[in-house]
Amino acid sequence: MDLSRRSFLKTGVAGAVGLSALGFDLQPLQAQSSSLKISRTSQTRSTCPYCSVSCGIIIHTIGDGAKNVTPQVVHVEGDPDHPINRGTLCPKGASLLQDIVNDRRLLKPQVRRPGSDHWEDIPWDQAIDEIATRTKALRDADFIEQDKNGKTVNRWESMAFAGGCTDTNEFNYLVVKSMRSMGVTCLENQARV
Amino acid sequence: MSDRKTLQVQRISGHPGPVPGEGTQRQEKLCKLIDTTTCIGCKACEVACVEWNDMPFQPTMFDNTYQTMPDTSWNYWNLIKFNEVSSDDGSFQWLMRKHQCMHCADPGCLAACPADGAIVQYSNGIVDFEEASCIGCQFCVSGCPFNVPKFNPSTKKVYKCTLCSDRVGQGLEPACIKSCPTGCLHFGTKDDMLQLANKRVVQLQQHAGLKDAGVYDPQTIGGTSVVYILHDATNPEKYGGLPKNPRIPLSFTLWKSWFKPIGLIASMMAFAGVILHYVTEGPRRVQPQPPVREIDGGEARKEN
Amino acid sequence: MTNGWVDIKNTDMMLIMGGNPAENHPCGFKWVVEAKRNRNAKIIVVDPRFTRTATQADQFLQIRAGSDIAFLGGMINFAIQNKRYNEEYLVNYTNAAFVVKDGFKLPEDGLYSGFDTNAKTYDKSTWNYEEVGGPAAKPAAGSPPPPPALPPNVAYDLSLQNPRCVFQLLKQQYSRYTPEMVERITGIPKDQALKAWDTFTSIRQNGNMKKAGTIIYAVGWTQHSSGTQTIRTAAMIQLLLGNVGRAGGGVNALRGHSNIQGATDIAGVFDILPGYLKMPTPADTDLKAYLTRTTPKASKPKEWDSFNYWSNTPAFTVSFLKALYGDAATKENDFAFNWLPKIDRKYSWAEIWDDMYNGKIKGMMAFGMNGVMIGPNGKKNIEALKKADFLVVCEIYPDETSEFWRAPGTTPDEMKKIQTTVYRLPGAGFAEKDGTFVNSARWLQWKWAAVPPPGDCRLDQEILARIFLKVREKYQKEGGKLADPILKLSWNYTNPYNPSLAEIAKELNGKALADVTDQKTNTTIKADQQLPGFAFLRDDGSTMSGNWLYCGSWTEAGALTQRRDPADPSGLGIHANWAWSWPMNRRVMYNRASCDLNGKPWDPDRKQVWWSEAKQKWAGNDVPDFKADSDPKTHMGPFIMNPEGVGRLFVPIGAVADGPFPEHYEPTESPIANPLHPGQSNNPIAKRFKSDMDKYGTVEQGFNIICTTYRLTEHYHYWTKNNPMNVQLVPEPFVEIPAELADQMGLRGGEKVKVTSARAEYIAKAMVTKRIKGMMIDGKKTYQIGIPIHWGFRGIAEDEGKTAKTPVNYLSPAVIDPNAYTPEFKGFLVKLERA
Repeated sequence: MDLSRRSFLKTGVAGAVGLSALGFDLQPLQAQSSSLKISRTSQTRSTCPYCSVSCGIIIHTIGDGAKNVTPQVVHVEGDPDHPINRGTLCPKGASLLQDIVNDRRLLKPQVRRPGSDHWEDIPWDQAIDEIATRTKALRDADFIEQDKNGKTVNRWESMAFAGGCTDTNEFNYLVVKSMRSMGVTCLENQARV
Repeated sequence: MSDRKTLQVQRISGHPGPVPGEGTQRQEKLCKLIDTTTCIGCKACEVACVEWNDMPFQPTMFDNTYQTMPDTSWNYWNLIKFNEVSSDDGSFQWLMRKHQCMHCADPGCLAACPADGAIVQYSNGIVDFEEASCIGCQFCVSGCPFNVPKFNPSTKKVYKCTLCSDRVGQGLEPACIKSCPTGCLHFGTKDDMLQLANKRVVQLQQHAGLKDAGVYDPQTIGGTSVVYILHDATNPEKYGGLPKNPRIPLSFTLWKSWFKPIGLIASMMAFAGVILHYVTEGPRRVQPQPPVREIDGGEARKEN
Repeated sequence: MTNGWVDIKNTDMMLIMGGNPAENHPCGFKWVVEAKRNRNAKIIVVDPRFTRTATQADQFLQIRAGSDIAFLGGMINFAIQNKRYNEEYLVNYTNAAFVVKDGFKLPEDGLYSGFDTNAKTYDKSTWNYEEVGGPAAKPAAGSPPPPPALPPNVAYDLSLQNPRCVFQLLKQQYSRYTPEMVERITGIPKDQALKAWDTFTSIRQNGNMKKAGTIIYAVGWTQHSSGTQTIRTAAMIQLLLGNVGRAGGGVNALRGHSNIQGATDIAGVFDILPGYLKMPTPADTDLKAYLTRTTPKASKPKEWDSFNYWSNTPAFTVSFLKALYGDAATKENDFAFNWLPKIDRKYSWAEIWDDMYNGKIKGMMAFGMNGVMIGPNGKKNIEALKKADFLVVCEIYPDETSEFWRAPGTTPDEMKKIQTTVYRLPGAGFAEKDGTFVNSARWLQWKWAAVPPPGDCRLDQEILARIFLKVREKYQKEGGKLADPILKLSWNYTNPYNPSLAEIAKELNGKALADVTDQKTNTTIKADQQLPGFAFLRDDGSTMSGNWLYCGSWTEAGALTQRRDPADPSGLGIHANWAWSWPMNRRVMYNRASCDLNGKPWDPDRKQVWWSEAKQKWAGNDVPDFKADSDPKTHMGPFIMNPEGVGRLFVPIGAVADGPFPEHYEPTESPIANPLHPGQSNNPIAKRFKSDMDKYGTVEQGFNIICTTYRLTEHYHYWTKNNPMNVQLVPEPFVEIPAELADQMGLRGGEKVKVTSARAEYIAKAMVTKRIKGMMIDGKKTYQIGIPIHWGFRGIAEDEGKTAKTPVNYLSPAVIDPNAYTPEFKGFLVKLERA
């Protein structure tokens, strides 16, 4: 437990109770409830990335957007205005903070070379260049302009693109544009399965 | 009066004399209503609790159940208990009940606690632990009829659900209430929650064929700020050991009478409070008709 | 969903089957509970297990996985026998009265007319309506027969007495689905089935249309070798009962992920183009041929009217091509139609892995898609990746697909032989990106980015754009095979290397490229203005739109997807000013069917839309999903996306590949021969694969337990195994086993069991439960077990050595439904032993 925070939250109560415990304080005993951990956070409206109910969520980040602050997410709660979830969340939505702030995140590009048993770091530019080189070489090798009946087909069957369930519409549209323009036929998505 | 964003203390553990300034501010009794008939055991409340209170994670073990862990712990205050119940008629129920501090009107923990100010009860009904004053004696653990407070051996303090007193004090609903997807959890004044509960019980009896449906608000401990709707109020034990007639163990008041006369006064006053409660407020408010089975309430009245 | 999440609160009756929404969609499930709490709505749950959803049921029925069509077909039989339908709706809003061609045969022996035993395909020419007066002209002798087409002038019989009318055929087809037969197939005792059918259809007692019932399903129906037909059976029940188009009614696919509805709309799948336009085939030698093939013509009784909205296909297609290729798409070059790939075979998920395994696919990019875990037959996917040249994975956590080369069991020597280069690129999490998701209710909702990506992570759109632009740069410099489509692809973003999703969203909506005028309303949209809706799309190149379905989502008024007004004046849960839903912000599809023939709502308490005599227009609380000025007297059908204008009880000319009516076929791996026709037990055209790794098990080989797979509410697919909170909730995998079976095996909960399919083994702890019971299937005692899918070989528990590190989908078979190409993840055979 984050004892420092809880202790801090309860200082008001404890102080008041402590005083009165001496038996001399006749002030009305009131606990100043702690201020909320989200009372001064910045709030961003988002949509839960898990199922298709599309619960509205509010992502709380520290800081008020000032230049010298790197925003850090401190809490995620349901958006009470959202007509479907009305502020509620399921056990996955309620733990989204752990998804956003997670020490298992991949943080740098890596490559596993043929025959290797480990990952190596690779600079972004080099990774992009290598991928583009391989992509073009494969397309130039396998692109089919006409089928065996002489019909124009302009397709490329040796490359596959697999899209995920949390890719946005706009990203998916870029996928369709870039892949279809290259002639990719093996275009699939989590939507299939 | 004072700043509205405060919680007024009504009772203090181990405290000599009256609570200073008691009754100088009006405060509605608040209540968490748990409708077990619409609980789907999703555990959103468990997660919301852990997240709001920033509690550390702990390893769990598979135990042939969907239940997260066998019981609540010092850093897990809110646990859904899962029970597969087969009846003699061949029918089957998968019962789920959110288990947490009941915020009793007569808190056994507070009565048992010898440390001045370690446990307080606010006028709105919330029973809160104040770690700074906790001496780690764990009497509260034994004093609780629901086995709720849990000891942390490293800090040597006891912890439990605060009913999100920090949120409630700022005018927000508790975290578990807000998260609950099906609305099985509800929050409001105790009067409103009882009204809702009784209406729902009538519906369950008339439309869901649950003739034994009822409200759990045990009067043996003066009622609770956490109230259940049960499909079968005649048998609360089958919901993962919800006691039919919860009581504060008498030994505590006796123990205290030997070793801590001031405590005796306190507990006598607490007892007097129980009596006074019935003298001044009488038995439980009459519920709307048709009459709804209220377990324990009826018995408690008879006893008093 | 034809309806929406909040709309469920309007229902009187729910059948939840093939889905477990309390488990998988808890926050949407609240509207189920609300209907129960506020309307005393009834819930019937049918599932292989007593689920979290079942806890809320008025009646729960345990069914054998993969036998859903039998149960639903029995319900159709019951409804017809007991006249639980409304004739006005049935006759006028469905094709019940249409007469079917002579020569069409029902599948009493398991096969419809036209089956070619050798090719295992159907000739669908008899699966059609009778034309009034017979076909207009017979093809000349010797010339190939024209492809089957719907007749423009359909023969019909409003009395429904013609023995070849759809209603009579429907009645005949499902008369075989007696309660006794249903019990043999499904394992549901017939008294329980009868009670459930009676309860569900009771909303249409005496044809009274006041009440509405909904059917709610998910991949429990989809993931079978007859998945599409299962869903069709549900749709047929809803058409028969008059529940489609109505508040509290409909056929409601829950969908499992935040944006797979959007991914389907945008066509991130092989067989369509954005907005469900069809993929071109090699026979589409030019745009005209393509449009002729894909633009349907109205097919209806002569006296009726049909809007046939897909007649706008040319406008949608040309606008899409203009979005793709901008100025390079001209009338002269067929709007660059020939740059699109033309396909004449399937490239679906399981087929891609088979192709890769067979060496036909050498490269793969996976953006947020964990193919090794998803399977089916996941080990084959690993072997396939070993044969690829390169794999690009964009992920936020280390996943099984990017680490296939070190899957458990791979020896150092084997690893050295794996020549695949794997690039693993750190993408951005949802909170770091903006853009829209489409929920199952078809709502497009914008979300805002809360934080920048951590470390050296990049936004996914930036990663993809950089790869594409680098490829383009190389084609520019070096040339190569057909470079034009790459070089001339429209990519006019302010920052081309990191396109703004807002700019893309505007492109998806579309804009006018020249002034466009709508004659009827005399409204003109100026060149370069955002289009207000798809009615403005043109087939002459004067408009562009990335996806016609989303036209109207980002207009001159701004981003309607960002709207946040929760008001709901009608109380029907429409929330018309919250975000935006396709099509054109209609919240309940086909809502014309919520009114009688004269345009009056069936239920005056749930008024969605209505015909305003005064205004001579359709008006409503919802946006009418109909031609706005179509007077009811013209008898235009409410199902405007069908060329018939009515709902299809009978699906003509192969729009569904395995038959005009659904028929029960056994799962590919089944404990019994099909009691309806043992000689044709399985779906005759479901695709199985033939590689050495594609094995299928039988009872004779000892695979005698039915296994199904599913998700838990505590976890999300293969994602939350990285999240300590969710791992705490359910720390490790398990196998749910009926207590009765466990007793026979002397097995206690917590002991390890080994599950073996024809393809792989899986070891986990047993969860012994009373929530699954043994069943009598065609006289044989049969047990089902279930395994949640969430654990693999990378995750918190996995990395700590707390699991067997085996994905469940190592077990599942690669067999695919012939319509949706979804694999049969549910209802396959296994052996169960102590481990």
